[in-house]
Amino acid sequence: MKRFAQLFTALDQTTKTNAKVAALADYFAAASDEDKLWTIALLSGRRPKRGVNTTLLREWAAERAAIPLWLFEESYPIVGDLSETIALVLPVAEETSAKTLTDWMQVVAGLGKLEVADKKERVLSAWNSLPPIERFLFNKLITGGMRIGVSQKLMTRALAKATGIEETALAHRIMGDWTPHSTTYEALVLTEDPTADASKPYPFYLAYQLDDLDDLGSPEDWRAEFKWDGIRGQLIVRDSQHFLWSRGEELITDRFPEFAQIPDFIGNGTVFDGEILAWGDEVPLPFNALQKRIGRKTVPKKLLSEAPAILYAYDLLEHEGQDIRDAGYDTRRDHLRALIADLPPTVPLRLSASLDFDNWNTLAATRETSRDRMAEGVMLKRGSSPYLSGRKKGDWWKWKVDPLVIDAVMIYAQAGHGRRANLFTDFTFAVWNGNDLVPFTKAYSGLTDAEFRKITAWVRKNTLERYGPVRQVTPEHVFEIAFEGIQASPRHKSGLALRFPRMSRWRHDKPIQEANTLDDLKEMLETYG
Amino acid sequence: MVLEFRPQGIYCPAGDFFIDPWRPVDRALITHGHADHARWGHKSYLATKAAAPVMRFRLGEITLDTIEYEEARQIGQARVSFHPAGHVPGSAQIRVEVNGEVWVVSGDYKTVDDGLSEPFEPVRCHTFISECTFGLPVFTWDKQDDVVAQINGWWQKNKEEGRFSVLGAYALGKAQRILANVDASIGPILTHGAVENTNEILRNQGLSLPDTTRVTPETNVKDHPGALVMATPSAMGGPWMRRFGQASTAFASGWMAMRGVRRRRAADRGFIMSDHADWDGLNEAIKATGAERVFVTHGYTSVFARWLSEQGYDAGIVETEFEGESLDQPDAEVVE
Repeated sequence: MKRFAQLFTALDQTTKTNAKVAALADYFAAASDEDKLWTIALLSGRRPKRGVNTTLLREWAAERAAIPLWLFEESYPIVGDLSETIALVLPVAEETSAKTLTDWMQVVAGLGKLEVADKKERVLSAWNSLPPIERFLFNKLITGGMRIGVSQKLMTRALAKATGIEETALAHRIMGDWTPHSTTYEALVLTEDPTADASKPYPFYLAYQLDDLDDLGSPEDWRAEFKWDGIRGQLIVRDSQHFLWSRGEELITDRFPEFAQIPDFIGNGTVFDGEILAWGDEVPLPFNALQKRIGRKTVPKKLLSEAPAILYAYDLLEHEGQDIRDAGYDTRRDHLRALIADLPPTVPLRLSASLDFDNWNTLAATRETSRDRMAEGVMLKRGSSPYLSGRKKGDWWKWKVDPLVIDAVMIYAQAGHGRRANLFTDFTFAVWNGNDLVPFTKAYSGLTDAEFRKITAWVRKNTLERYGPVRQVTPEHVFEIAFEGIQASPRHKSGLALRFPRMSRWRHDKPIQEANTLDDLKEMLETYG
Repeated sequence: MVLEFRPQGIYCPAGDFFIDPWRPVDRALITHGHADHARWGHKSYLATKAAAPVMRFRLGEITLDTIEYEEARQIGQARVSFHPAGHVPGSAQIRVEVNGEVWVVSGDYKTVDDGLSEPFEPVRCHTFISECTFGLPVFTWDKQDDVVAQINGWWQKNKEEGRFSVLGAYALGKAQRILANVDASIGPILTHGAVENTNEILRNQGLSLPDTTRVTPETNVKDHPGALVMATPSAMGGPWMRRFGQASTAFASGWMAMRGVRRRRAADRGFIMSDHADWDGLNEAIKATGAERVFVTHGYTSVFARWLSEQGYDAGIVETEFEGESLDQPDAEVVE
């Protein structure tokens, strides 16, 4: 485990991407094949099932550290990470161990089927034979979260550097349903996969937020459509197979089994760009329907029928095996239209609808209706534009509607985790209902680090009551909460739930009496819900 | 009560004086020169001889009387003496005896010898008022030699790679502790003005520090390749830093023990070095006083007081306005 700990330390001691890639590449060049395989698995989110629950780990750690459990529990929120808290309170290890990462993974994987007394014995013996960093990593391995500031993409880039294999090919090779028990490093990484080329995606073209309509020139040069709130996806049909990539260049084919029929209707050498949407009765379902499908590697039948997905296609990048990204947008759309026009409605592919407009005022008025249609705003694309890669200014713009806002009073605060440990960053907000403050949302983003530090100092001095990690604070500060949508929700005390709430402004100028009311929110629910 | 807790600070009625008061008073006994303990505006000050030069520099024209460590002085009905606290050079615990009852105010302290400050000495007492900045069992400091070896290794590697090593540390105490202990043969050492001001004062009172060069607007840093740069935490990330180009950056503080804090600072390294006692240090120091009653101040007071009660002490909390070391302060993560 020494080498893995050195890798972790090197990654943890830099904020620079290049240094991280270099550290990973060095590791991949030097580690044993089985350790490399485990590292790839852990950094791509594959891990064994948790074999010990954290309640037991806390008890054992407190016992070993000879401190009462309450003292451990008081320390945990201050450190903000359970694995780290355990590693910090334990006494210095009395033994040493030469076990490799793979050996330790074997230990971790074996814990699940043991009796509690045996689990305890294994865990205590591990704690007693590992130096602090390795002990911290061991805790991460048992508790299952190996988030160490390395994305799958970064790891893939380093692996490409170490092996000389192209990054997109590697990205594809390490996708799919494998575990370190089911394959080898040789088979997974080094063996050429004949389908790798077939799956290869094009880099996505990303739009900037539009600042000023006046920069665009004549409306005739532009095409518009609604901007939907789904998952950006690239659908590839080659060699009678299909591949679905997310914008993060993650292969998500397996998560959307409904697309499996597409190669029966679409010829080889076709690549679509579009939005994956949950779809009902020829209109998009709210995002929370799709949300249930994100992150699920297998999809239960019930979910498939509740939230069926389609690709709402707006661009065509490859046609009859030819890369047509340099052809103008209008030309590409013509091909796209021809491909989709005659498909039966059971095929989950739709052509995105264009918005007609003669002048910018008409479009601005249409844009104002976005929220009613559950769209986020409109997209503007220049008719003659090629399909570029990455975020580029000039030809593609997103023109989102302004978020909804409400002024609310902070009533509870909770410390964050990881990088935000020790800072109060998670807040609960309330609006007035008569003389009472009714909580209606939580929010944890939108403030600067300096503002978070300021509010943290204030929270510590103005705590009224503590409920575990949650602190009730003096109602004193008003924040403007921005959000994208509002829905009725019987699960919440306020009867409603917000989509993507965040703190858009700290209203130092407002006394709490001037915060909004529950009736104001209900009115918004009437209008936009 | 030998000592009372008043809005101005800790007060001794028998001697009519305050210890480290935070509002202006007639007579103030000061444990050490850090800004939250030695405040401006008192009519008269009493501090150790070793703490006096820094206090004069920071507070300007003040009426300051000095005292040697261990020297007893009668103030009214109280007998007071100052004892080494090991926190920074000149820092003291203050012992107050009235009619045979002894109270000790720890000020800030650490129990390990840092090679620069007068080493901490436990003082027997009936009641001990202890700081507990790091009063949680997650804080356990590595040996100073090990941390210094990490700093040396970092500096050496940066020098070999042709980069400056910019280390942020509190200008009084921490910076000099590092200077006194690093391997100065690795390369030249540059200092921020605030650090160098303290260096000059401490050198004048006979403390040994390696040669350093003050960074001024005229300094061409290229004349000092591979230098260790001792900076103040507030200078880190500001325009002052630009002259050092692609430097490697680090902080030295007890808070660096927590990965979350370390990552938030976005420096390349965080060296865990504190001028406060760690969990074991606090517990040992309290035990060594023989005190039955303990009041705890700034830090994780409620948790630490509960722990002490369970250990059989009569423990209480003193609400103070000492704040320089608490994590509540915007920059506290690095200035302790």
